[in-house]
Amino acid sequence: MTAHIGKPLDRVDGPLKVTGQAQYAGEFAVPGLTYGVAVNSTLAKGRILALDVDAAKAVPGVVDVLSHLNRPRMAAYDESYTDMDSADGAPFRPLFNDRVLYSGQPLALVVAETFEAARYAATLVGVRYAQEPHQTDIHRQAPHDAPAELPKPRGDADEAFARAAVKVEAAYSSPVEHHNPMEPHASTVVYQPDGGLTIYDKTQSAVNTLEFVSHIFGLADGDARVLSPFVGGAFGSGLRPQYQVVLAVMAALHLKRSVRVTLTRQQMFTFGHRPQTLQRLKLGADQKGHLEAVIHEVLGETSRFEDFTEHVAEWSGALYHCDNVRLAYQLAALDVYTPLDMRAPGAVLGIYALECALDELAVATGVDPVQLRIDNFSPVNQNEGKPYSSKQLLACYQQGAERFGWSQRNPQPRSMREGHQLIGWGMASGAWEAMLMPASAKATLAIDGSLVVASATADIGTGTYTVMTQIAGETLGLPMDKVTFKLGDTSLPKAPLEGGSFTVSSVGTAVQQACQALIKTLLETAQKDDDSPLAGATPDDVECVDGCLRLKADPARSLTFTDIVRQSGSPSLEAQADAKPEAERDKYATGSHAAVFVEVKVDEALGTVQVSRVVSAIAAGRVVNPKTAENQILGGVVWGIGMALQEETQLDHHLGRFMNHSLAEYHIPVQADIQDLQVIFVEEHDRIVNPLGSKGVGEIGIVGVAAAIANAVYHATGKRVRDLPITLDKLL
Amino acid sequence: MSATSPTAGAGLPAAHSISLTLNGQPRRLEVQPWTTLLDLLREQLQLTGSKKGCDHGQCGACTVLVNGKRINACLSLAVMQDGAEITTVEGLAEDGRLHPLQQAFIERDAFQCGYCTSGQLCSAVGLANEGRAHSRDEIRELMSGNLCRCGAYTNILAAIEDALPACREGGRS
Ligand code: FES
Ligand code: FES
Repeated sequence: MTAHIGKPLDRVDGPLKVTGQAQYAGEFAVPGLTYGVAVNSTLAKGRILALDVDAAKAVPGVVDVLSHLNRPRMAAYDESYTDMDSADGAPFRPLFNDRVLYSGQPLALVVAETFEAARYAATLVGVRYAQEPHQTDIHRQAPHDAPAELPKPRGDADEAFARAAVKVEAAYSSPVEHHNPMEPHASTVVYQPDGGLTIYDKTQSAVNTLEFVSHIFGLADGDARVLSPFVGGAFGSGLRPQYQVVLAVMAALHLKRSVRVTLTRQQMFTFGHRPQTLQRLKLGADQKGHLEAVIHEVLGETSRFEDFTEHVAEWSGALYHCDNVRLAYQLAALDVYTPLDMRAPGAVLGIYALECALDELAVATGVDPVQLRIDNFSPVNQNEGKPYSSKQLLACYQQGAERFGWSQRNPQPRSMREGHQLIGWGMASGAWEAMLMPASAKATLAIDGSLVVASATADIGTGTYTVMTQIAGETLGLPMDKVTFKLGDTSLPKAPLEGGSFTVSSVGTAVQQACQALIKTLLETAQKDDDSPLAGATPDDVECVDGCLRLKADPARSLTFTDIVRQSGSPSLEAQADAKPEAERDKYATGSHAAVFVEVKVDEALGTVQVSRVVSAIAAGRVVNPKTAENQILGGVVWGIGMALQEETQLDHHLGRFMNHSLAEYHIPVQADIQDLQVIFVEEHDRIVNPLGSKGVGEIGIVGVAAAIANAVYHATGKRVRDLPITLDKLL
Repeated sequence: MSATSPTAGAGLPAAHSISLTLNGQPRRLEVQPWTTLLDLLREQLQLTGSKKGCDHGQCGACTVLVNGKRINACLSLAVMQDGAEITTVEGLAEDGRLHPLQQAFIERDAFQCGYCTSGQLCSAVGLANEGRAHSRDEIRELMSGNLCRCGAYTNILAAIEDALPACREGGRS
């Protein structure tokens, strides 16, 4: 049987991963490899007056120390430094000049024959600075309007709020968070004898890395190739090329040698992060909780050199029905690195605030939190004035509530307890966009009947290898082991960034179309023979089953793929597809949705919070692989637990520096923090989002979780904590 | 104006000769005294299955088995392992047959990116050897030194629960 879509198949890259054979960017062995270790600034703003590199260079094995003083030529204009995920402004240029723009900025790269020599010598580089006053405190910086197109205000939200029967007005804050994928960012640049570069990079787009380094170092087409077969997690950290790849390429060009640069865990805190936000929500409603006014004002943080924006406030005008909405978005420019998209960027923050405020409205009106959301449901995205192509959110509420046992909830805070543990139940909605990007793929059928499908996308743990193999195998009627999917290589057809939950929809569509194009090629090839059993058939008349192309109406009239390829006279047949969103899509709003139900146990004496139970009901269209998709949602929930209770990168404003830059002090959930997590995929059929009907599951799992936990903590304790993370000091 | 001033770099110490058994093979190796066991494996021997997530003993990605006990390879200098018997993720499968834990990790989809996986596997083998962990909560607690940023904990737990009985019967390291 070859129906693969919808089956919980094991990951095709599983055997490589459990045997340690999957190779990540910093793990490729190269003869004569040198190691680069970056030296980072210790102050947040100023100029480098002098670099003392003599002691470092005197360490046996050190090859050179690169800095702005001796680096190879780099492009002069900002546009050369933009990439596929750039923010507005002047992108950071590593080792470009003597300016220090943030604490932790790379200032030099020590290159040595061994890692140990480079690491030691890097500690010997002396820097003399002219320090300038810095500002890293969002509360002390005058904000400016974000260069983002917010939906226009509708109705008169301020007036409607003023006359609303029930009002909720509250301020919420969320701290800086860092992605911290398990694999630190790394690049291995192989310097080929002809001067060409083979670059293994940790990235969510090999194409993005190649274009970026080519532009800034003036590399011609064909001078470099970027490979990224395995990525040890990214969550957005690999959406922009990070400084390790710039330093590694720079050193390779300068030394004409192969170079590897791997960041330390501490250095993983020296580039993009989820921005800190301060949010103010005003909800006005009638006595029954019907929304009459929504005002959502967001202050985010950005760097001095770029304006990072994300969709934070938009959700408050889209998720529910309300005719009077005003959204605002401002930024405070600080002496930090530019923030960076991080799992469900924007949505996770805006919906956290919105869903907490709705819980407060539920309390104020006495309406059950689930009922309140059902009563305000909107099948239309009012921001865009378009109906959703599908939005099975009501089914999410119903199935999630049933599985969780929500009907047993006593709305009274502090009404449940187990010994010294207060028990609370909370819920929230979640939403994410269902985007579709142009993508290309190529399908090649060999004479032995095996299929290779390729696209320069990435698998950052999301299951791309597996899911694309399923889609290709299903389209061509081949068993999984006859199909190989290739990715992470700039020599393959172009793909968009691997992010935003649009890989299955975008690349999956391209894979499906490439395979369909290949069927046409096979049919045409077969029909070159006048006596072909498939003579006169159109692509609609045929089907692919067990490595054969046959007539639907008469399965006996059939040819094996092998025979057709042999008949073509060439060793293989191939077809490529360039998939684009269809115009029909423009008439609709598209998105995935979720309802999250949470139980927490709060120790009354210690203030510790345990998330003892989570039920996430997800509407994300067609699920290609329930096994890998469920894993994505579970991971998202774990992230939500981290966001709600643990994660916070703390700034020392005196030094302008992140203090807790290690995995001992930047807390993420560990095995013991994770209890009973359950996922429900709600059935949702959608022919509009894309031909596969899939919406992607990388982000939706995290959205709403932090709010559901905060609401459960309120229900347990009667305390409304509006500043994340909810640490025990805030509950005592 | 502020400054960080360098301390003088001295000449490097000599390499030491050590012998150990690595994944069943006797090895004689020349190692620098400042090289960690993890860097020896990854950079000198190209056994990159053991991962480096922090280099500070904070994540467990580098977990290997030394004489059957799980340790963080980033916290051990290679010279300290003279005479030791070391098993890395590359040595878990025997005769091309996956270890029951490896098989269970695939079946339960106990990973996403795979970067913590080698450490989780070696740690779980060590856990089985310790003869502890008889309940879910004990497994959760005793596996909490191995971070998984992808958040695959639910499936990791399920895989370990599945495979523990076979590990104990087989008594494999
Ligand atoms: S690398 Fe050894 S514990 Fe993290
Ligand atoms: S699978 Fe990615 S960190 Fe565990």
